[in-house]
Amino acid sequence: MPRRLEIKGLTRKFGGVAAVRSLDLVVDDGELVSLIGPNGAGKTTTFNMVSGLDRADEGEILFAGKPIQRLPPQAIAALGIARTFQHGRVFANLSVEDNVLIGAHTRLRAVKLPLPLIGPLAELALALVRPARVKREEAALRAEAREILALFGDRLTPRLDHPAYSLSYANRRRVEIARALALRPSLLLLDEPTAGMNPTETEEMQTLIGSLRARGMTILLIEHKLDLVMHLSDRVCVLDDGLKIAEGTPDAVRRDPAVIEAYLGHSSVGRAAAEPVGP
Amino acid sequence: MSSFIDYTVNGLVIGNIYALLAVGLALIFGVANLINFAHGSVYTIGAYVGWAAITFLHTPLPVTMAIVFVACALLGMAIERVALRPLQGNARIAPLLATIGLSFVLDQLVQLVCSPDPRAVPSDLPNWRVAIGGVSIGPMDFLIAAVGIVSATLLYLFLRFTKLGFAVRATAQDREAALQMGVNVNAVNSAVFAIASALGGLGGLLVGMYYNHIDPAMSFQATLKGIVAQVIGGVGNVPGAILGGALLGLTESYGIALFGTTYRNLFAFVLLIVFLLWAPNGLFGARSGISAEPLVGTFVAPSRPVRLPRWAVAGLTIAAFALPLASSSPYLLQTLTNAWLAAVLALSLTLVAGTAGQISLGQAALLAIGGYASALLALDLGLPAIVSLPAAGLITAALGTLLVFPAFRLRGHYIAIATLAIGEIVSLVILNWEGLTGGAMGLAGIPPLSFLGHDLDSNRAIYWTCLSVVMIVALLQTRLLSSHLGRTLRAVREDEIAAQSYGVSLDRYKALAFAFGGFAAGVAGAITAHLYSYLNNQTFDAQLSLLALTMVILGGMGNVLGAIVGAVVLVGLPELFRVAAEYRILIYGVVLLLLVRFRPQGLLGTV
Repeated sequence: MPRRLEIKGLTRKFGGVAAVRSLDLVVDDGELVSLIGPNGAGKTTTFNMVSGLDRADEGEILFAGKPIQRLPPQAIAALGIARTFQHGRVFANLSVEDNVLIGAHTRLRAVKLPLPLIGPLAELALALVRPARVKREEAALRAEAREILALFGDRLTPRLDHPAYSLSYANRRRVEIARALALRPSLLLLDEPTAGMNPTETEEMQTLIGSLRARGMTILLIEHKLDLVMHLSDRVCVLDDGLKIAEGTPDAVRRDPAVIEAYLGHSSVGRAAAEPVGP
Repeated sequence: MSSFIDYTVNGLVIGNIYALLAVGLALIFGVANLINFAHGSVYTIGAYVGWAAITFLHTPLPVTMAIVFVACALLGMAIERVALRPLQGNARIAPLLATIGLSFVLDQLVQLVCSPDPRAVPSDLPNWRVAIGGVSIGPMDFLIAAVGIVSATLLYLFLRFTKLGFAVRATAQDREAALQMGVNVNAVNSAVFAIASALGGLGGLLVGMYYNHIDPAMSFQATLKGIVAQVIGGVGNVPGAILGGALLGLTESYGIALFGTTYRNLFAFVLLIVFLLWAPNGLFGARSGISAEPLVGTFVAPSRPVRLPRWAVAGLTIAAFALPLASSSPYLLQTLTNAWLAAVLALSLTLVAGTAGQISLGQAALLAIGGYASALLALDLGLPAIVSLPAAGLITAALGTLLVFPAFRLRGHYIAIATLAIGEIVSLVILNWEGLTGGAMGLAGIPPLSFLGHDLDSNRAIYWTCLSVVMIVALLQTRLLSSHLGRTLRAVREDEIAAQSYGVSLDRYKALAFAFGGFAAGVAGAITAHLYSYLNNQTFDAQLSLLALTMVILGGMGNVLGAIVGAVVLVGLPELFRVAAEYRILIYGVVLLLLVRFRPQGLLGTV
């Protein structure tokens, strides 16, 4: 039985600097695995390679047993990997609803014929003529987009037609996640979903991610907020300077001296987690 | 052999001029991230200032050069004030569009002041020539070489050792950081524009003296050559620009030796495309590990489009169709017919540039392909218009898409340069493929439009035909925008990385936009060919492409109704108010400048 995601010996160098050094990582179906580590540890670089935006210098990325490290991003998305971006890359001039519908792009069937040359031309013709089948699919996706947006309570639903640039930072992050969910991914890559969110919003996001996990979604998460990571993760993988320095259950990682040393400094993790953050 | 050396010397001399232009462009690109399309205008003005000084003041050469240097430096500073400084923080393509507008204005002013006729530039250089290896080299060759070498040296010393030079390099590396370290970035930009323009102006003077010929039309080609030389050397790279200029000059010179003068520009643009596609960093550009994203960003200013109510659109449409019943003035009908044809071009460009974000500066080439396709089908195969028009549309869609396809991987300003070059290449191929296109003689005797055996020869019938084409294209395009293709194309425009990550194949959707736009433009070009009954390689020139872009920006990028409004305003109104032809380009330039500055979303808003 192939693993959902299996990364073997992944290495990426920028000039002389190795951003990721022979990383091994496995994510199984239904798991939530977190990638943590200080800034510059190689977390986002790993995401970029898994999603096809960057090429590994060495190593292999297997998705459901199939090597994907040479596929272009659109092919990887079509296999069922969705990602969000660290700094938020919503389509600024598209409405909230259209942003989410782009997420469902790989699931369009009625307008796509799997033929070279004829396929794109047929897509153009079908978009202009719109037979009932195309209309039904579009309506179904639209309804689903609204359901997905409803997951965020009334944060986004009243703003369906608003262009994304008019949204608050936190709402743009939510749109990103909604867009990723619309792909119906079998692996969801979340890059710092709570960046720039206040504690209330973070808690909302934690609940949402928890509910996704409870529904059986496989998630690889990059996050700096350790409370959230420890609370949600099945396993945690700690990167430092491109190297994996620890991996295990949240409790095991929490106690790992290498992690405490490299990532959290010398104070004990328990205290760091328990004490409120200073002003 | 001696002729080989002759061509080499000639190539180096011209290359030196290209280098002067390219160095200026590279300096400006370095600090301002801007490809200055007004650079050729400065070069032309330099030539004219020198001509005026020699002719009216009888200045000796050093004084002439000093006057040109100072005048062009001041002009450069003025350009920076108008086209760059007020647009900081706007979409990154905004300053580029502003310099296009400025180049319209400057070129037209030169033409108004000095008349479009060519002028001779007398030179007081002595008449000796030295023979080296069977080639005679005159003082002009030495002068151009000397100016090139001296300015390169001075520039190097300036950048390397002066405080302002440090500031220039710091700004080029990181504008924000330089600003925070107390560098007066505006002053740096101003100084760089002054230096770049002074060098460009000197180049113009030298070329005028070398060929003993100047005319206002030399500006556009000079800009293009400077850009080509710069791309060869690596955009923004000053030493690269010098070598790029020399390489371009030599390539052209050898090309002329082998194939003849009409091929000169073809070599330049083919070289440009080759470099853009296979070595976008140029010969000397830094190769970074992460794919560079220079100048990503479209011109789509966030805005809420103005929504005209349905009844208003329907009313306007009915009024447009009913107009020939109310007035049979051939003048009015012909003017509006031209506006409708321009509107189809604008519709195709607003889809490609506005909706899909691929700023095309070569859209008029699609008209040319369509026009020639339909004309040749009618002339050689005797096909009736009802067959040849759609066939021309299909041929244009296919050929146009194939031509730009390799450029789809380019982003931002680079796609604009590439489409500009592709447009020029199409026109040059038409010029040189005499067997098919009649070359410079053009195609004459193209049959008029006919429908089921009836010639459409009344102004009304032609008007209705063209208006119907506009309406059909507009309706189809509106329908397309409301489908999944509309949002997908706009997603490609907004963020290629994010779109790709969600499964959108960029090539596929860019190709679809170009194919749709190509079909529409091809039909418009075909209709034009049958109406004019004559075509040559200049019927649809680069200026028309730039005018189309102005229409699209005026109406609002991506806005279907806006494209039609833009075409009517820019093509119809000047004609109806009988603005003299030479002032029209001036008006286009001013309109473009004002729009970019004050209403980047256009009249009806971007979509």
